[in-house]
Amino acid sequence: MKFFDEIEIGDTYALGDYTFTADAIKTFARRFDPQLFHVDEEAAAASHFGALCASGWHTAAVWMRLYVDHRRGMIEAARAAGLPIPALGPAVGFRDLKWMKPVYVGDTIEYSSIITDKRTSKSRPRSGLLTIKSTGVNQNGDPVISFVSTTFAERRGEPG
Amino acid sequence: MTKRHWEDFESGAVAVYGPRLVTREEIIAFAAEFDPQPMHLDEVAASATLLGGLGASGWHSCCLLMRMITDGFLFDSTSMGSPGIEDVRWIRPLRPGTHIRIRSTIMDKRASNSRPDMGLVKFLFEVVDDADVVLTTLVTTIMFGRRERGAAS
Repeated sequence: MKFFDEIEIGDTYALGDYTFTADAIKTFARRFDPQLFHVDEEAAAASHFGALCASGWHTAAVWMRLYVDHRRGMIEAARAAGLPIPALGPAVGFRDLKWMKPVYVGDTIEYSSIITDKRTSKSRPRSGLLTIKSTGVNQNGDPVISFVSTTFAERRGEPG
Repeated sequence: MTKRHWEDFESGAVAVYGPRLVTREEIIAFAAEFDPQPMHLDEVAASATLLGGLGASGWHSCCLLMRMITDGFLFDSTSMGSPGIEDVRWIRPLRPGTHIRIRSTIMDKRASNSRPDMGLVKFLFEVVDDADVVLTTLVTTIMFGRRERGAAS
């Protein structure tokens, strides 16, 4: 696995896809975003969305899950090979999150992330800061979400 | 009951929503589903991370904020959703047992150029803890229906 030092701008991660069911959309929305167009088919049909669609936070949270699962695969491979496992996180935040199109019932969103910048951290000399642009694209090839996040990543080097 | 329309939001207005107790159980449940990293799942593992102990996923903080503003005012408004989030900063960890409140400040409002039935309101939302310390900030623009159609400019 790559430590901060070896990660290169342009490194890309294909994270896989996720299909949003009506059940999953409504279950998430009832907990966190119970606006009617996310929980009620009839109300959604009458809204400007035209049909039930996922909370934008749901679309974002699924990216997080796929990212963690992808990383878990790399961690298991590194562990099996007896290689060190670099720490990642916490993230410090994100910017420019855009929900370009609604995610409707049955849409399959494919997620990917790309490293767009890296810099060392003054406050945490054993970590660097990675800038990551992440995108979700639906089955028609239309982007539905993108955002730019910043997170700590462990540097290779002397401990302590 | 009249819903809050775009016309009813005023630049500079401040409101506070909550409090809401955030439990260890819900932090772990959210993380198990959406962000299963050790720093959000397990106290011992979390203490060895830069988070320095169990803390909520940043996305969980955003989702809690969303729920609290929905209950606080969005549900009884003409909200038409949001095109996105300008900026989120996870400044301090959200720990189990914290009572959070949301402080909302309206930064700006403007009519929509393309849709005379819609207006835009820009908010700064701050997640604050029991001691009024800011844990997370979020800047976003939300679309609202207008009571009276404006002239498209």
